Amino acid sequence: MPTATLTISSTRITTVALLGNPNTGKTSLFNRLTGLHQKVGNYPGITVEKKQGFFHHEDRRYELIDLPGTYSLSATSIDERIVIDMLSGNLNGIPRPDLVVCVLDATNLQRNLFLTSQVADLGLPMVFAVNLWDAAQKQGITIDFKRLKKRFGIPVIPTIATRGTGLSELKRAIEESLSHQHKSVRVRWPEPILGAQKMLSSRLKTDANQDLTDSELRRLLFDTDSSVTNLVNLPREKTEKAIEDARQIIWKSGMNPLAAEALIQYRHLGDQLEGIISNKGDIRPQSSESIDRLLLHRGWGLVFFLGMMYVVFQSVYTWAVPLMDLIQMIKGKLQETVSKSLASTPMLESLVSDGIIEGVGAFLIFLPQILVLFFFIALLESTGYMARAAFLMDKLFHWCGLNGKSFVPMLSSYACAVPGIMAARTIEEPKSRLATILVAPLMSCSARLPIYVLLIGAFVEPRYGPWWAGFTLFAMHFVGLAIAIPLVWLFTKYLIKTKPHPFVLEMPPYRVPNVRDLFWKMWESAREFVIRAGTVIFAITILVWALLYFPRPAGVATETRTVFVAEKSQELQQTPEAIKSILDDPESELSRELEKQTARNYINQSLMGRTGRFIQPIFAPAGFDWKLTVGILASFPAREEIIPTLGVIYSLGNEIDEESSDLRSSMAGEEWKEGPLAGRKVFTLPVVMAIMVFFALCSQCGSTLAIISKETNWSWALFCFTYMTALAWLCAVTIFQVGMLISG
Amino acid sequence: MDLVGNLSQLPLGQLAVISEICGDLSVNQRLMTMGMIPGTEIRKVQVAPLGDPIAVEFKGQKISLRKTEAAGVFVDLKD
Repeated sequence: MPTATLTISSTRITTVALLGNPNTGKTSLFNRLTGLHQKVGNYPGITVEKKQGFFHHEDRRYELIDLPGTYSLSATSIDERIVIDMLSGNLNGIPRPDLVVCVLDATNLQRNLFLTSQVADLGLPMVFAVNLWDAAQKQGITIDFKRLKKRFGIPVIPTIATRGTGLSELKRAIEESLSHQHKSVRVRWPEPILGAQKMLSSRLKTDANQDLTDSELRRLLFDTDSSVTNLVNLPREKTEKAIEDARQIIWKSGMNPLAAEALIQYRHLGDQLEGIISNKGDIRPQSSESIDRLLLHRGWGLVFFLGMMYVVFQSVYTWAVPLMDLIQMIKGKLQETVSKSLASTPMLESLVSDGIIEGVGAFLIFLPQILVLFFFIALLESTGYMARAAFLMDKLFHWCGLNGKSFVPMLSSYACAVPGIMAARTIEEPKSRLATILVAPLMSCSARLPIYVLLIGAFVEPRYGPWWAGFTLFAMHFVGLAIAIPLVWLFTKYLIKTKPHPFVLEMPPYRVPNVRDLFWKMWESAREFVIRAGTVIFAITILVWALLYFPRPAGVATETRTVFVAEKSQELQQTPEAIKSILDDPESELSRELEKQTARNYINQSLMGRTGRFIQPIFAPAGFDWKLTVGILASFPAREEIIPTLGVIYSLGNEIDEESSDLRSSMAGEEWKEGPLAGRKVFTLPVVMAIMVFFALCSQCGSTLAIISKETNWSWALFCFTYMTALAWLCAVTIFQVGMLISG
Repeated sequence: MDLVGNLSQLPLGQLAVISEICGDLSVNQRLMTMGMIPGTEIRKVQVAPLGDPIAVEFKGQKISLRKTEAAGVFVDLKD
C-alpha cells in the first residue's frame, strides 16, 4: 500500500552498529541501551547470530546492531567477515549502518583502538564508548578524555555499562555525531602502500567491476584469503596475480605487506595516545595475577577446575530435576483434566493430551537444564574463568581437533545434549565448534539411563550379581565417549574443511560478575531455545502422535473385545455373558486388562507399528524382534519413550517405569514365535548388550537434531542422524553376532 | 641483550623483547593484531599443567597461545 510505504520512509530508522573486541562489556552495553526491545536472528545465509535492538532518544528511533566481537577486520573468520561486510554495506538486505559506536576496554585502550582505526578507514561517523571505566580507575589508570576526543575528532564517552553509567551521554553523543558526521582521524598511509593501492585499483578495474573503495583495496593488500576477493569480478588467478604484483611495491620499500598494517597502525596509535594515558595500562591488576597463580597451578588449578566442573555438572544433572518434575507434574495434571472433559471425543482427547500438551511439555522440559547451565556459563565467562578453563584443558582436546573450550559442552551433554550443544556457542573457533556439536549427542545423556536400568536390572543383575550390574552401567557411560574420540579426529581431519584458527585467547582480568547480565544470558538462551527449537520439537511430537494413533478403525476395539471375552470365559470357566457383565464396570480388573490389550492392538496396527513389522528384517541381524523394533522406532523422537512404548506393546499400559517388575518378567519370558530362532528366548545377553549399545550410540532425539539444525544447518543435523544411527546399527549387529558365536 | 630464540623457549617469568615474528601467516597476523609487534616487551607468565599452551603478558594484557604458535615469535632477553 502506498500510504504504508510513505510512513516507513518518512520515519526512517537510524541504524547504529555496536563494534568492539571481545571482553569489553559490549553485550552489557547493548542490553542496557535496548532493554527488552531486542530480537535475535541470523545473518542472511549464515548461522552467525544477529542481535538487533531498539532505543529512543529525543523522539528519534534508533536500531542498534550488536556486531560479533572481533579483534580485527582481516576477515579470516566468519565473524570478522560479517563485521567488514556489514560496515561496508556489502551484506545482502542489510543497509550500511549510519554510525558506529566503538566499545573500548579502558584498561587496554591501545589494543582496542586497533580495530577502531581499521574501521575508521571505512569513513563512517563514530563515537567511542570507553567502557569498564571503573576497572581502569581501580587500576590507577587515568585517561585525558578531552585530548582523546580532540585527537580522534569524535565524541568520547566514559561508560560503566554494568551500572548504566554514561548511557545518556552516549545517546547524546550518538545524536551529535550523526548530525555533524564526526569521523575519526585516519592513519596516514605511507607512499609505498598508496602506490600499491593505486596499481591494484587499475589492475582490477574492468567494465564489469564496480570500483573498490580504498579501504577494500587495502584489505586485499594486507590480508591473506580476504573476503573482499569475492567482490572482484575477475578470474581468481588474475586477481591473485594483481595482488601479488601490487605487494611487490610494498616489499621493495622494505616492508612486509602482511605485517605492514599492524606496524603502521600501532605506530599511529602510539602517537595518537601520547600523553593521554598515564601508566599506559602497562600494569595488570595484581590481584588477578595472584588468582591466576593459584587457579592455573599444576595441582590446585586442576583441583579447582574439576571441582568447578563437578558443580556445573551436578547442577544440570541434579539441581534442575525439581523444576523438571514440576513441569512433568503440571503436564500430568493438565492431561488428566483434558482426559476427563474430552472423554466423549476420544480422538480430540488424544490429540490434545498426547499430542499438544505432550508436545509443549516436550520442549518446556529442557528449559530448567538450559537455564541452569547458561547461568553457569554466564558466570564462567563474565568472571573470566572460561578462558582459564580452556587454557587448562586445551592440550587434552587439541590433538584430536577440538580445543579447550569443548570441555563444558561435552560435559553438559552427559546430562542432556540440548543445552550441551547450545553451550558450544562459547567456542569461537568454527571448526572445533562444529566437531564438538557433531559428537556431543554421543555422550551418555540422562535419557539413556532408563533403558540401561531396565535391561541391567532384568538380565544382568539376576544372573551376574550387583557388581557386574554396576560395572555394566558404568561402562555404558563410556561407550559413546570412546567412539567420539576417534570420530572427532576423523571429522576434523577429513570432513570439516574450514581452516583451523590459531588458539590465541585473551585471558581478561578477573571481574565480579553483574547479576543483571547473568540473568540476561539465562533469559536469552531460554528465549532462543523456545523460538528456534521449540516449534520443531512440538511438530515432531504431533507427528509421532499421529503415527501411533492412525489408522484407528473401530473394528480393532470390537475384535479385541470378542477375542478377550472368549479367552477369559475359557480361562475363568465362566459364561461369556458373565464376563461381559464384569466388563460393564469400567473400574474392574478385567476392564483394565482389556483396555491395555486394546491399546496394544491399536499400536500394533498403527502406521508406526506396521512400519516396525515391515522394517524388522533390518534389525534381525542384531537379534531384535518386531516388538523391540516398534519400540525403537517409536523412540527415535525421544529415546526415553522406549519404556512406555514397551509397556503398551507388552500390554502393561503406559504407566510403567524402568523399575517395573511386570515389564521385566514379560521381557524375560518373551520367546521367538517364528523364524530361525523360534522357541528361543528373545532377550539373551548378546541381545541385551546389543540393545544397550544401540541406545548409547543411536540418534534418538528429535530435540537434539532440532537444536543442531538451528545451531548449524539442517544438513549437519541430517549427517549427525545418519552417522549415529548407522554406527549404532553396526555396533549392535557386531555385538549380537559375536555374542552368538561365543555363546553358540 | 642476547638472542634466546623463540617465545616458547623463553624461561618462565623472564622479560624479553619481540624481535621478529615469522611463522604461519594467519597466526602471525592474529598475533600482530593483538599488539605483538617487534619491539614490544613480553613475559611468559604461565605454562598450562599439561605443558601446553602458555600464557604471556604484554602491553598490559594476558594472552594464551599454543607452543607451536609461540615458536614463530622470536625474542631477545632483557634484564
